[in-house]
Amino acid sequence: MDKSPQPPSECDVAIIGGGPSGLAAATELKKLGVNSVVILEREAEAGGIPRHCAHSPFGMREFKRVYNGANYTLKLSQRAMDQGVVICLNTSVIALHKHTQLTLSTPHGVQTLHAKKVIICTGIRETPRAKRLVSGQRPLGIMTTGALQSMISLKHKRPFKQPIIIGTELVSFSALLSCRSAGIRPIAMLEKNARITAKYGTQILAKVLGIPIYYESELSNIIGKHHVNAVDIVSKKSSFKNRLQCDGVIFTGQFIAESSLLSMSHLKIDPHSANPIIDQFGRCSDSDYFATGNMTHPVETAGYCWSNGIKTAQLVYASLKGRLDCYQQHARITSASADIKYIIPQTIAISSKKNELAGINALQIRVNKALKGRLSIRSGEKILVQKNINTLPERRVELALPELVKNDANASLQLYFESG
Amino acid sequence: MIPTSNHQQNKQNAHCFDIIIIGAGLVGCAMARKFTLAGASVLTLEKGADILDGASKGNSAILHTGFDAPPDSIEQSCIADSYQEFISLRKKLHLPLMKTGALVLAWTDDEAERLDGIIKKAYRNQVQDVELLNATRILNKEPQLANHVKAGVYVPREYVIDPWTTPYVYMRQALVNGAKLNCSCEVLNGEFNGEQWQLKTNQGEFKARTVINCAGLYGDVIDQHLIGSSTFQIRPRKGQFLVYDTPAHRLIHSIILPVPNEITKGVVICRTAFGKLLVGPTAEEQDDRDDASVDSETLQSLRKKGEELLPALADVPINATYAGIRPATEFKDYVINHHQDKHYISVGGIRSTGLTAALGIANYVFKKHTDDTQAYSTPEKIIYPDKLHQIAENETRDWQMRGNKGIVCHCERVTEREIETALHDPHLAPASLDGLKRRTRVTMGRCQGFYCSAKLSEMTEGYFQQAIAENIKQENYNG
Repeated sequence: MDKSPQPPSECDVAIIGGGPSGLAAATELKKLGVNSVVILEREAEAGGIPRHCAHSPFGMREFKRVYNGANYTLKLSQRAMDQGVVICLNTSVIALHKHTQLTLSTPHGVQTLHAKKVIICTGIRETPRAKRLVSGQRPLGIMTTGALQSMISLKHKRPFKQPIIIGTELVSFSALLSCRSAGIRPIAMLEKNARITAKYGTQILAKVLGIPIYYESELSNIIGKHHVNAVDIVSKKSSFKNRLQCDGVIFTGQFIAESSLLSMSHLKIDPHSANPIIDQFGRCSDSDYFATGNMTHPVETAGYCWSNGIKTAQLVYASLKGRLDCYQQHARITSASADIKYIIPQTIAISSKKNELAGINALQIRVNKALKGRLSIRSGEKILVQKNINTLPERRVELALPELVKNDANASLQLYFESG
Repeated sequence: MIPTSNHQQNKQNAHCFDIIIIGAGLVGCAMARKFTLAGASVLTLEKGADILDGASKGNSAILHTGFDAPPDSIEQSCIADSYQEFISLRKKLHLPLMKTGALVLAWTDDEAERLDGIIKKAYRNQVQDVELLNATRILNKEPQLANHVKAGVYVPREYVIDPWTTPYVYMRQALVNGAKLNCSCEVLNGEFNGEQWQLKTNQGEFKARTVINCAGLYGDVIDQHLIGSSTFQIRPRKGQFLVYDTPAHRLIHSIILPVPNEITKGVVICRTAFGKLLVGPTAEEQDDRDDASVDSETLQSLRKKGEELLPALADVPINATYAGIRPATEFKDYVINHHQDKHYISVGGIRSTGLTAALGIANYVFKKHTDDTQAYSTPEKIIYPDKLHQIAENETRDWQMRGNKGIVCHCERVTEREIETALHDPHLAPASLDGLKRRTRVTMGRCQGFYCSAKLSEMTEGYFQQAIAENIKQENYNG
């Protein structure tokens, strides 16, 4: 903690969050020749979420070899520092202001930092029990995968021995592996749909470890005064209620953007997904602020976020050089279907000159339920782009960025889904 | 928790206290303070591992004027007295206050007709600054409210306070002035020999000249154990709440109250001292005195209700859900009985207004008590406890100060120094994670411990009766 530098009062680019995308963006900016690049990291170490993933594989894209999460983040931080990135630890950003002014809290108190550009990459978090409005008591032993994994791999502690895992996303199986590493034996995994959310085949992991997956089942009650001692589950098929003895509940996944800094600032977020509102250059509604990494697309792998960070750094560099200044007009994309969880970017910037800069070249979409049919972006009656999809929740769907011309500015584009 | 040595324990057991208070909830804390500052030697016995572990942990944190209390009731007089005392004490005791005011809103014509009665009742209760507002004036004041509001009564001096620091500071002042507190100490039975009480507990026997029953949800049970019968029966009434995240704090200024019906004050929308927004409580009769379960359907309906009155809530995430249990009885008023012959006072049926009324209840009981016994000699000097780290948002928080050692709980901005200070508190250290939450707000934000649980499990090792996590032995760790 003492070795970490204090934040300066001014810098060229301030990066909020030292996870894979933040470290990648910072390193790239230095490579491009930007003078002062500062990462503001609220934890005592940089690295973000992969820091608590004791398991592999990490680093395929970045280092062409496999690391576990902790070593991978060490490599990324080292590489950033070698390039001259200033990483300020135990530094929390308290507020974002106009004119890229930030209020910070450090162990020494409050200070301000003025940057020319700011990149926000504060990542994601899982949806905890409270927000899911789950019934029951509120004893010890209820947590998310993130909390469990940091307890196990950073502190070598375990909060329970026989928990139940709620969900079957990729992270749910990651929770399963972490449990195994700590001598925790989950009693079951619970999935409300008829198949797992992670890619088909992942369920074999549970089978190998002898952990049953209960499909079309939901948690209906948590029991325990001081510590969890049982849960009730209901099955959709039989409306059958079953009480299972267990000593913990792990709520996995349902990742949402950690965008609370934005929601308390002048920057706009999409209230339904909590994603920041950005354009294809990653610029927020105040165009000196950029957003990147998992907070713009819950949820992708560390490697994906790392590539994202590099791309954003190049765009921030272009912005510092004034090359994005001609993109000040926007068309807005909204979703016409309740089955669409989010679309990002939600705005497309249109150049007053001939297009010369490529930003993010695809729209990212996530859905709320299994969907098969056609996605399209329309301007009035006119179809700009379309694509056939057959997808599940939490899976990445990409759609080409529609090409817009000058007189499309302020147009309202609609994302449609037709099943079939 | 500082373990009491055997020697100290024996001394305490042999000593005859002036007063034993049973229960360290809101009322017990204020009672301990009152009698201690008046010069009595006081021991408080709390069954839970920590103070405020029962009914007191789940309330709506409002400082009431008593405008709608039943006129001429004990409740009304205690609220009125307490309100004055709180306002005059709060600076000395560093107790936060948010001057919000309240609006009692009518959403139907039928409710609008009842507003007149509310104003009349407020006048009878000496709350004279209430004002009838039409829909336009209400919406000017609170533009985010749904526009189907009909009319309302503005009560300017209903305020929001910090529901945990307040009773915590009452007890702390009692302790620094010499009172004793034993937690995890359950009173089993007792005998009165005409001069002294001898209480049998799971921690041995304790003697006192007078016993005050402030046992909240177990008030009638304690009466039965000690004096053979109770004049009231506890009818637990559960209230569920939703806590909305920080952006909701900006949506309204006032406390939004409904026009009450016969059973309950109804669902309130109210900012908290911690920068959040509450919607609740429900009023559900149940037999169980401990089961503060929430249920999904009720929470959904609370959410719907909240969004109906304050539509912008639809865009704000919910941080937390909880339930509190009110120790209601078959009576509308508080039940405070003085058994003079037995040197025994029973304080029962202190429901939703307990946070406001606690100081007044203590004054009321003290007055009853000293009517017939010798008054205590006031101590020469009253000690005011040091200022604690402030957990209310309208005060300067520790993260704004030098040497805070960094933020541990990012959502609620709780620093490492605040957590250490609470854990090492010589007077009132927390005995559970819940206790630490009430003192510091850790894990109470939007991520509910996603980021800070690991660090907390390490920092609190050895401090709690029930650890957050156990250490993994090398042989079964494959990580």
